[in-house]
Amino acid sequence: MTDLENNIQLGKNGRLRHFLSIDGLNKALLNEIMDRAESFTSVAAQTVKKVPLLRGKTIVNLFFENSTRTRTTFELAEKRLSADILNINIATSATSKGESLLDTIRNLEAMEVDMFVVRHGESGAAHFIASCVKPHISVINGGDGCHAHPTQAMLDMFTIRKIKGGFENLTVVIIGDILHSRVARSQLRALKMLGAKEIRIVAPKTLLPSFAESLGAKVFHDIEIGVENADVIIALRLQKERMQSALLPSGNEYFNRFGLTERRIEKANPDVIVMHPGPINRGVEMESKVADSPYSVILRQVTFGISIRMAIMSMAMHSK
Amino acid sequence: MDKIFLSGGTVVDPANNLNRKTSVCIANGRIVALGNVPDGFQWDREIHVPEQIICPGFIDVCARLREPGEEHKGSIASETHAAMKAGITTLCCPPDTNPVIDTPAVVELIKDEASRIGKSKVLPIGALTQGLKGESLSEMSVLTRAGCIAVSNADKSISSTLVLRRAMEYAASYDLLVLIRPNDLALCERGCAHEGEISTHLGLPGIPEAAETVALAQALALVAQLHVRVHFSQLSCAASVRLIELAQQENLAVTADVSAHQLHLTEYDIWNFDSYCHVMPPLRSKQDRDGLRQGIASGIISAISSDHQPHEQGAKLNVFAATEPGISSLETVLPLTLKLVDENVLTLSQAIAALTSKPASVLGINQGNLSVGSDADICIFDPKKQWVVCDDQWFSNGTNTPFWGETLSGNVTYTLIGGKVLFEYGSDNLIS
Amino acid sequence: MIETQHLDITTLLSKLERAVQKEINTKNLKDPLIVGIHTGGTWIAEKLHSRLGLKDPPGVLNISFYRDDFSQIGMHPHVTPSHLQSVVEGRDVLLVDDVLFTGRTIRAAMNEIFDYGRPNQIILAVLIDRNGRQIPIQADCVGEKIMLESGHRIKLIGPDPLQLIIRDCESEST
Repeated sequence: MTDLENNIQLGKNGRLRHFLSIDGLNKALLNEIMDRAESFTSVAAQTVKKVPLLRGKTIVNLFFENSTRTRTTFELAEKRLSADILNINIATSATSKGESLLDTIRNLEAMEVDMFVVRHGESGAAHFIASCVKPHISVINGGDGCHAHPTQAMLDMFTIRKIKGGFENLTVVIIGDILHSRVARSQLRALKMLGAKEIRIVAPKTLLPSFAESLGAKVFHDIEIGVENADVIIALRLQKERMQSALLPSGNEYFNRFGLTERRIEKANPDVIVMHPGPINRGVEMESKVADSPYSVILRQVTFGISIRMAIMSMAMHSK
Repeated sequence: MDKIFLSGGTVVDPANNLNRKTSVCIANGRIVALGNVPDGFQWDREIHVPEQIICPGFIDVCARLREPGEEHKGSIASETHAAMKAGITTLCCPPDTNPVIDTPAVVELIKDEASRIGKSKVLPIGALTQGLKGESLSEMSVLTRAGCIAVSNADKSISSTLVLRRAMEYAASYDLLVLIRPNDLALCERGCAHEGEISTHLGLPGIPEAAETVALAQALALVAQLHVRVHFSQLSCAASVRLIELAQQENLAVTADVSAHQLHLTEYDIWNFDSYCHVMPPLRSKQDRDGLRQGIASGIISAISSDHQPHEQGAKLNVFAATEPGISSLETVLPLTLKLVDENVLTLSQAIAALTSKPASVLGINQGNLSVGSDADICIFDPKKQWVVCDDQWFSNGTNTPFWGETLSGNVTYTLIGGKVLFEYGSDNLIS
Repeated sequence: MIETQHLDITTLLSKLERAVQKEINTKNLKDPLIVGIHTGGTWIAEKLHSRLGLKDPPGVLNISFYRDDFSQIGMHPHVTPSHLQSVVEGRDVLLVDDVLFTGRTIRAAMNEIFDYGRPNQIILAVLIDRNGRQIPIQADCVGEKIMLESGHRIKLIGPDPLQLIIRDCESEST
């Protein structure tokens, strides 16, 4: 499933050209990204937080979906790499009004840009854009539909590696709306590629895709059993729309059955870490006690997110 | 060019159980002899086709010509041209043109233009409901008189089962064939791919097989109650084949067709978000494809159609879910069907039957055979000839096919309608 | 490997130390900040720092992020951080490296220093000044000036013991 014949992401010499999905990459490359991020973490600790790696390069943050959080972390990473930034927010609509996606890309290309960071509401958007752009332009997927959010997955892996040291002995549990989660899909691919010992997903049936096991995880509907002996617990965000589409009765019921509480955490390993891509719905995905506990590494994820994005963008930009 | 003598080829005519090397004499637009040469028969032209197959011209129960209304995608001229090259001498165009085929004027417009162009015969399918809206009945009697061969609601589901029931009954009062593409709109949601392993991985909104089987079961229950004649178009699930089988075992007058590409492609073909494989109904699992193959091999599914949907380039250049579904498929029907013969799914006779006698029987027309006295609508093809799907070889206005650039086997060399050679492969000008 | 017995580290360090001391006196440098370029330059900087008895601890510059040849060679995955504990603004900076060759490393180092602040002046001290400049850079204090044949490279290995080696890259690569 991960052997793509036509791997658009890797340029010559197998170096990263586009960063679209964990699929099609390999363990060595994922480790290289994390190693580079390590270097950038120390940059963030210096007084001068900038490096001139992408000086003179223009990066377009092309966001078809609103996202302050992802956009600001990308922006900060880009600034720390000394790049010039163009922020373009295009409101999505179900029927394509106005300029076609292809025309938008062509127009931006005409402004001599070097890289696109794309977030879009439809799966495959980053792939499509990568297949259309001129040879010197790189595309970074900032999240496409329900398909992938590979930079998030990488920062999650980096967080796990920094705190736990490695993946071979880890039991990792992902809880929440797997069906609609691009983050979960990317995390599952990355965990598998990095050799995590056991990967589990916990969710009600309506929030699981068909063939969920084919994502490489054991499926649980009971959180108490699901988190037993877990080393890492990742809670996914539950969106309010799910209640409206007859997928879940209420946030309350979700919290009762799938919320992370102190009592439930006790079933995991004593040095378990709790992660969340953010922003957290306190009282739905987890209770405040857990969010603010020493188990939670959520804020560290945010810090590492900048280093990871610096690593990925500098690798992709310089692979030509 | 009145009298033509076809020699050297193998005649495959499933309607008459024929599959042997023999000759064909054509005069006055009809077949006058098979095997023997009538006394005094002086032909004006001999077409000598050793190693080739001579069969009835193909009948395609579902091909969109895009005219009237979507001429940027195709026209009666361009698409019937492509049909000739594909050996398709008769095709049915669904009513979802613009304006919809729900008035005699539109029927006449299409028939007149097709006549004027003078290539493949076009049998328009009339709308089942006004404007295809699924609310009120169309004027089916008037439409039939104007020349509609059958009625359908194209791809638009009729949400009210009551309206569906009434439409089926009304059509039956004129003994009119109803074509239904079974699809439950609600279960489809925003889906654009088969709800299966691939859509799970790619995070594409899925269309469960239940979207087809629920609608099919509903319609079959109505057929059982009402004793009407229904043909189900473009099935995509193995489970649908089983439902049709049960219905046929209970002697319900139901038939079905499958599009040629559904017999080969599966959900794995959209792995790279390949929009050229974005079709409706979606490409499903390998098990579904195998089930459809068994369906056609066993005769539960009678016919293979093209489900031809030419598009302009831009329609496929977008994020997967925003691209328009459909493949430009007239010209790949024959090679794909022959591939089933190569893969031992069908015999050559069965394959030709699925393209000729069976669709003719579904539509209730006296075509798709080489009986003496029949119209000389003939296709001659070289089953071994390979060709590359590319601009030089492509006649349709739409180049939206996942087979672009591939080498396929099976090339039509001559297509005759009414005894006239209207397509000849390799000639600089098309004989018209 | 080629004989380098005549390039004795201790001797070279003493020569360099004398040159630097002379520079400090001549230019009346006030409390210079010594900064070594990773890796070889930092070893030399440490030696000079203790020999000269300077007050502020030596700074470390890792110029990986400032190299001008990224696009060709890419970035090394492991980059140890730069450390400049003291403020650069207004200081007399003593920039130290082991070998001055093309000049690109020094250019990158100076760019990095200026990102930290505006020094009063930068004095460049190198253990070995060899031929092959591609950028107009010159050293103010030198341990030894040498000429090498094309294809030959000189490198400082260490940290203990420090040793200079000369390699013939062209013949080694065959």
